[in-house]
Amino acid sequence: MAEALTARESVKAADAHAPTAHIEHDTNTGISNTKLGMWLFLASECLLFGGLITTYLLYKRPLEGPTPEEIFDIPFTSTSSFVLLMSSLTMVLAVSAIERGDHERLRIWIGATALLGATFMAGQIYEFTVFVREGLGFTTSRFSSAFYTLTGFHGVHVTVGIIMLMSLVLLSLRGKLPEHRSETVEIVGLYWHFVDVVWIFIFAVVYLVP
Amino acid sequence: MALTEAGPLALTSGDSDTVYKPAGVFTRPKSGGTGWKSWLTTVDHKKIGIMYGAAALFFFIIGGVEALLIRVQLWAPRGTLLSADLYNQVFTMHGTTMVFLVVMPIGAAFANYLMPLQIGARDVAYPRINAFSFWAFLFGGLFLNSSWLLGGGADGGWFNYAPNNGVIFSPTHGIDFWNLGLIITGVASLAGAVNLIVTVLNMRAPGMSLMKMPIFTWMTLVTQFLLLFAIPVLTAAQVLLMMDRLFDANFFNVAKGANPLLWQHLFWIFGHPEVYLMILPAFGIVSEILPTFARKPIFGYPFIVFSGIAIGFMGWGVWAHHMFVSGIGPISVTTFALTTMFIAVPTGVKILNWTATMWGGKLSFTTPMLFSIGLVTMFTIGGLSGVTHSVAPADTQQTDTYYIVAHFHYVLFGGAFFGFMGGFYFYWPKVFGYLLNEKLGKANFWLMLLGFNLTFAPMHILGLQGMSRRIYTYDAGYGFELWNKVATIGAFILASSIALFIFNIFYSKAKAKNLPAVGADPWDARTIEWMIPSPTPEYNFDPIPTVSRVDDFWYRKYGETKDGKLVRIAATDDVAQKLNDGKHIHLPSPSYWPIVLAFGMPIAAYGLIFNLWLALVGAIIIVGGLYGWVLEPPDDPEASHDDEGTDTHSSDGGDAAATETSGPADEPSVLDPAKEAETVG
Repeated sequence: MAEALTARESVKAADAHAPTAHIEHDTNTGISNTKLGMWLFLASECLLFGGLITTYLLYKRPLEGPTPEEIFDIPFTSTSSFVLLMSSLTMVLAVSAIERGDHERLRIWIGATALLGATFMAGQIYEFTVFVREGLGFTTSRFSSAFYTLTGFHGVHVTVGIIMLMSLVLLSLRGKLPEHRSETVEIVGLYWHFVDVVWIFIFAVVYLVP
Repeated sequence: MALTEAGPLALTSGDSDTVYKPAGVFTRPKSGGTGWKSWLTTVDHKKIGIMYGAAALFFFIIGGVEALLIRVQLWAPRGTLLSADLYNQVFTMHGTTMVFLVVMPIGAAFANYLMPLQIGARDVAYPRINAFSFWAFLFGGLFLNSSWLLGGGADGGWFNYAPNNGVIFSPTHGIDFWNLGLIITGVASLAGAVNLIVTVLNMRAPGMSLMKMPIFTWMTLVTQFLLLFAIPVLTAAQVLLMMDRLFDANFFNVAKGANPLLWQHLFWIFGHPEVYLMILPAFGIVSEILPTFARKPIFGYPFIVFSGIAIGFMGWGVWAHHMFVSGIGPISVTTFALTTMFIAVPTGVKILNWTATMWGGKLSFTTPMLFSIGLVTMFTIGGLSGVTHSVAPADTQQTDTYYIVAHFHYVLFGGAFFGFMGGFYFYWPKVFGYLLNEKLGKANFWLMLLGFNLTFAPMHILGLQGMSRRIYTYDAGYGFELWNKVATIGAFILASSIALFIFNIFYSKAKAKNLPAVGADPWDARTIEWMIPSPTPEYNFDPIPTVSRVDDFWYRKYGETKDGKLVRIAATDDVAQKLNDGKHIHLPSPSYWPIVLAFGMPIAAYGLIFNLWLALVGAIIIVGGLYGWVLEPPDDPEASHDDEGTDTHSSDGGDAAATETSGPADEPSVLDPAKEAETVG
């Protein structure tokens, strides 16, 4: 992984030339437009997930087909949740790396974040296939529809996050992520942390609360 | 990007070898054009605002024709113009069109055009996302209306209650079009909300604190916050419905134990903030018009502002008053009856403020003023009939009758639309550089007032007599005949008043050729958008004014003597800005990608309905559009003043940083790879 993330010579030169000054944000709030926009977008996302979580709570007891207790594999999902939570740590390390101007580390930590996210997604896909094999199809019951829609929706968010992270790695490799653009990484990080926090709620509500 | 000559940014412009041309990505279109292409690629908030208005008027005509069809059908008992099925589609599409494709986008049109001018900004925070919002709205609206040609429109009412919205009860694709079309316009609204909130919070002119913002800007801020939180709830509900209708999920499938009330709750948690976000922009507009023509400051500025904010909060706690007959239980009914009574208070505060603004003022009854007074009076009627719904036992009687139809047309047409008409007459010279004819305008107002009241006032009576809404006909002998005839006559008078308005646009434009130019400030107005030339130059302000108080422009023209008398201290021409060629002002470059990205969405939606392969094509367009968007050079490489160093950073990184820190105070970096973050997901 680290091998692939090592930059070409030209990029190293670009990294070296990257300016060290932090930009001042000449906005009324002192927060840059992009970051404020991301916060607002995430606020809006809360309501979207709120609607889906509420729906799940309403429908968690199926009239037919497997029940949550019968089907959930708590140790497995706990492990994949832990993997996802760890990706928040690597994301923080990535932001810290670019703020120090360490572009090599940035790419490693972003790559690690994406990898952990991908591991979580692989876990989710595996979990879904097992559930389907055990007789919980999307259309089986009100519980199954609500479960797959909520967790699948979250999975789409993680996937979009992974795509953004990989795009950041590519940008960095092409020397287009100089240090004064560290905020870009920070903003993708905001999105990533949000997706993690939402998963804590979903994991608690869906898997842990009886 | 208002980078002026001050910075060292111009240094890089000559270096053609440093221009970044990524493989397969277009260079950006040239700015400053005037042909039709310039409209397709524009990121100028003013052009986008005009397009919002034009598209909304187009949809207004469609929705208006649907309204006339309804009224002709109900002219006499046992009408035969429309079948029951077609009638269902017509009233559903009428409601949907008027709410989502007319009133909301007219609000967006004013917000887009005016709000940046009122706060002295060069453009909105994300110009390309702004363009994307418009195109997504337009394509979503066209997609929604294309259902007429592809098997019929939605037929479950504008709220499409479950389980009526299921495939069993509505087997055509109409509701799928409704569902997916409104998800697309929802994405547009959401992107617009983020954009405009950031603009208001971050890009105000020097000196303009929040409590010095014009009221319209305040109401825009509240409206966009409502959109930000209301739209995702609707989207969540519509995703559930989509899963049900297209992929056989069980969210509203009663046979599998689903609870259809879930839809009502989700819909109205969105739907009630929705009614406030439709009316608040109009409230903002009349709060600009009334002080101008009363020649007095708005009475109780903080009260107007905080009552708007209070409406924004309380609007979230009244949704179940739409559901009093759904069996939600006495405790819920009592709670929501009480909150419904409370929310009348901040609205009443506004009515009082407007009345007090006019009280003792030197009123001049121009057309915008007439429409504003029309709003105050008509909305008061609608508001009063609204409070009657909080009397739950009476509401049980009124639910699903024409009384409700009368009520919400009084607030949405008599309220919002009268305000918008006032706004059209008021801001027309600022936008298009000529005044609309006053005589025709006054005729327009009186005709509209007459037609409006003839149409909707009788519906109160019809409703109290027990005439149900959404029923395609009625029998003779119930006493409905007379008032239905009156309402239908009123509807045609109303339609003729709209025709008169459209005639006035062209008539006044033709006449304007022989008249002197309107100048910056034809109304002797108060806020800073009136100190710039009419029509607004592309760069808005030059220089950006420093604001020291509410109604800043007014106090540049007028002072007060010790005994409170108004005295002119400067001629308008001396304090208004002069037109210049604006060549030294750097503006965001146009872009191809917003329209490409927006175009992918209806394609994907058609695909979901008809063929998943087509959905894949749409998805490819969306993803490709996103990457084109992100990789697009931040600015036109051939523009005379290049942007900061993202593209040219290999030339000298240090220079690029210097540019960013030395730019003037008003503009942030808007074209930035992280843009993806806002549009994905």
